[in-house]
Order: sequence, then structure tokens, then C-alpha cells
Amino acid sequence: MPKVVFIEPSGERREISAPVGISLMEAARQNGVDGILAQCGGACACATCHVYVSPSWMGKLEPRGEMEEGMLENAWHPRQNSRLSCQIPLTDALDGLEVTVPEQQG
Amino acid sequence: MGLARQSYYYSPMTTTILIIGGGQAAAQAVDTLRRAGFDGRLVLVGDEPHLPYQRPPLSKQFLAGELAVDRLPFRHQAFYDGHQVELRLGKAAARIHRDTRRVVLGDGTEIAYDRLMLSTGAHSRALTCPGAELSGVHYLRGIGDVALIREGLKPGARVVIVGGGYIGLETAATARKLGCAVTALEMADRVMNRVVASSVSEYFAHEHRTQGVKIVCNTRVIRLEGSGSVERVVCADGSSYEADMLIVGVGAIPNTELAAQAELPCENGIVVDEYCRTADPAIYAAGDCTNHPSLRYGMRVRLESVDNAFEQGKTAALNMLDRVTVHDRVPWFWSDQFDNKLLIVGLSQGFDQQVLRGDPATRGFSVCYLKGGELIALEAVNHSKDYMAARKMIADRARPDADKLADPRIALKDTV
Repeated sequence: MPKVVFIEPSGERREISAPVGISLMEAARQNGVDGILAQCGGACACATCHVYVSPSWMGKLEPRGEMEEGMLENAWHPRQNSRLSCQIPLTDALDGLEVTVPEQQG
Repeated sequence: MGLARQSYYYSPMTTTILIIGGGQAAAQAVDTLRRAGFDGRLVLVGDEPHLPYQRPPLSKQFLAGELAVDRLPFRHQAFYDGHQVELRLGKAAARIHRDTRRVVLGDGTEIAYDRLMLSTGAHSRALTCPGAELSGVHYLRGIGDVALIREGLKPGARVVIVGGGYIGLETAATARKLGCAVTALEMADRVMNRVVASSVSEYFAHEHRTQGVKIVCNTRVIRLEGSGSVERVVCADGSSYEADMLIVGVGAIPNTELAAQAELPCENGIVVDEYCRTADPAIYAAGDCTNHPSLRYGMRVRLESVDNAFEQGKTAALNMLDRVTVHDRVPWFWSDQFDNKLLIVGLSQGFDQQVLRGDPATRGFSVCYLKGGELIALEAVNHSKDYMAARKMIADRARPDADKLADPRIALKDTV
């Protein structure tokens, strides 16, 4: 089970072990990570599971899809390392992945 | 379980909060209450024997068998245990006694409350024509329904869908992907007629037909025939369709019975104010079951929407703790059909101008609705950029230039 780290808006660090196959968003939501609202449940329809990926990890993720790109462009404070966590499936290769949850979503 | 807690004060008299109905609004209310520092007794009563779970995948990935059942709940059991939430699942509430602030469950158990939240959701509108009671006639509302439907979705099975709305069309797409012979029957002259522009209806009808779904509009089911199980659907114009299974998606009715019995005002939903409060100051309501004011649109609405349930659940929770919060949202909705994503933001009722952005033939376009020059709603087909920009613009009451709107080369946010 890969272990992933979420830095919550308060600065609190949450380490979560989650099974391969679910998304990074699901790992956050099931465990109640603060600031991950994930209203649409992974349909790429709400941009409320936005995270900033630790720069060293950006190159190890699949690139953003077209829908995700469009969602993020007008999301709250997008950055180069913005991703929708519902679009990142967990794999063993992502063990140690670290992301920061923005102060606001949507 | 490390919820970031905010410190604030709520009435020390509020020691028990009871939530009836275990869906999206309930899950959000529980989360908000504990996160906000409520440390009293918190009880959640739900009539389904499942942890609060997401319904949108029921007609999509879950029906298709692409999503395991353990991925439906919002939170795991450990979350509820960790936050001392008493879950009473598989239990129906029978009666609210407002005078003594108690709820009686179907099994006779009584639970006293200081604050009560009703998040009872909605149920499927039933067919009433002769034959509606035959087996093989299905509705899609809960996990239990899906298990029964999925058994019948075998390659070659003749599946007739009654109703060309979101549920009907999403189910049609899923059944088709599983290899069924699918016919969708719609009473109106076009699919999704109550919720989208005709250009969007046409686009989706075309997508379905291309994928092999037979879509028939202007047709009304008058009778179901079969010996024991449904075999044939008969329509008013004399046409009939052979069926191994019927899936009905003709709308939903809010679950107001419990509130109405307790003499809380109900009118197409439990009537609440912008604080999600019913006529009884100790009782709140949230989600699909509510008739509530939309501040943005200046009218009362009842919405079947994940966002609305989520936000009302949160708003009700904060107000139950005397932390005054107003529910003021621009609603949004989505639908997945085959490889298309329909994204809708705002309410288009009362529009006086409609502007098409882009060419449906490119498989990515939007329809904008204006009222008195203000952008009030937008439907985006495979166009998340317009959709996200519109969310902000509608909330801000932006007044875009109609000519610029019609030019898809100009970014939506630059049309103001």
C-alpha cells in the first residue's frame, strides 16, 4: 500500500496509507483530509479536490488531461503544480507522494 | 483522526444532534459538526443499511461494474468511530414528537434531540399505468436497486428505459456499453427537455443514436404487458416495444412524510429558510428534500444536486451550533453519457437570450443564458473551461457582451 502525505490548509501533515487502484482524492476523502471536498466524487466536474503537488513529484505523474486542464485554469489559485487529486490513480510508484491542500476549493 | 478543529462557542444547551437520512447532506453535516468542535452526542439514522454513500455513480461506473461497492461511501467506518458518531443504519424514523423533542424509530427506539436535521432525500416517481407492478420493472435510487438491475444487463438483453432525463440517459448509455439492446422512451419532444437547450438535447440524442441506442420522443407509455415479468411496453400512439427489463427514470419526489406528519410546512419539499431552518427553530433540513430560497435567483427552489446537499448539510450544521451561516450558492450539475461530459451551472428559468458558443460538430460547445444582460446559466458539453469560468461569472452577476459570447475564440472570462 503506497503511503501519501497531505499537508492540510492548517499546516497539519496527514500520512495516509491507501490501496493501489483508488484515486488520491478517494484516499483523502475516506480519511477526512481537511480541505478536500471532492463534491462530484471523481467525475472531474467540480474542481474541489485541487492539490498542489510537491515539485519533485510532478514529473512522476501522468500529465493532466484536457478536461482537468480546463477545470484547473479557472479554479481557485491554480499553479504550475496544480492537479485534481481525483485524476491521480494511486500506484506503488507513488509511495511517498506529497501534496498540499489549498486554503479554498472550487 | 486529526480533524482540524476550529474553536468557537455554541449553545451549551445543545448536547444532542440527531440527523435523519444518511446521504450526502448527512455525511457533510457530521463532518462539519465535528470539525467545528461540537463534542456532544451525534446520532445519524439512515434507512439504508450502508454508510453514507455517493449516488451519482449508481447510474454510471457502479452500474457498469467499474467501481467496487467499497468505493461508494464518502467516509470509512473508522471515520465515524473515530469521531464518536452513533450510526443507526437500516433504521427508519417513524415519527417526530416536536413538543418533547424526540424521534421514534420504526423499531420503537426513542432518541431525544436538542437539534434535529432532516436529510431524507427523495424517492423515484413511480409509473402508475397498468402493468407497473410486474417484475422486471426497476427504479434506480439506491445500491440495492443497482444489484437487481445489473443482473439483467446482459449482452443482447432488451432494455427499455422510460424517461429521457439524466438518470434515463445515463442508464441507457451504461446498458448499451454492456451490450444490451436499448430503447429510451421520452414523453416530450426532446431528451432532457426540462434541463438543457435544444441544441444540447440534439447533441446527446445524436450521440446515443450513434452508439446504437434507440431514442423515441413524443411517446407516452400507457401499459406494460407480460405474464409475471414485463415483456412488452405499449405506448399511446399504438407502438410497442419488446422488453426483458424496464428501467424507469421519470423524476423524483421529495421525502417529506415525516416532516409533514410533524406539521412542518411542506410544499414540493420541506420548507426551509436560507439558514436551512424549518418552521421549528430546533429542526433543520438539507438536501434534495428541501424547498429553499435561492438568493442568487430570488426564488424558491428544490434541487436534486450533490452540491446543494453538500452545502446545505454544512450550512445546517453550522446553524445548529448557532454559528450563523447563509446558504447562497449557484447550483451546478453534471452528467456523463458515453464519453461525453455535460456540465451545467446556474438556473436558466426566465432567460431572455440564449447564445451558442462553438459548433456542436466539434464535440465541445456551450450554451449561455442571459437575463436582462446578466449571465444566469451555462451548459457546457465537453468544455470544462467555459463551465468553470461561468461559475464565477454567474455568482458575480457578470454582464457579458453577447457578440463576444458567440465567438468561441474569445475566452468566456474575457467577454465581460
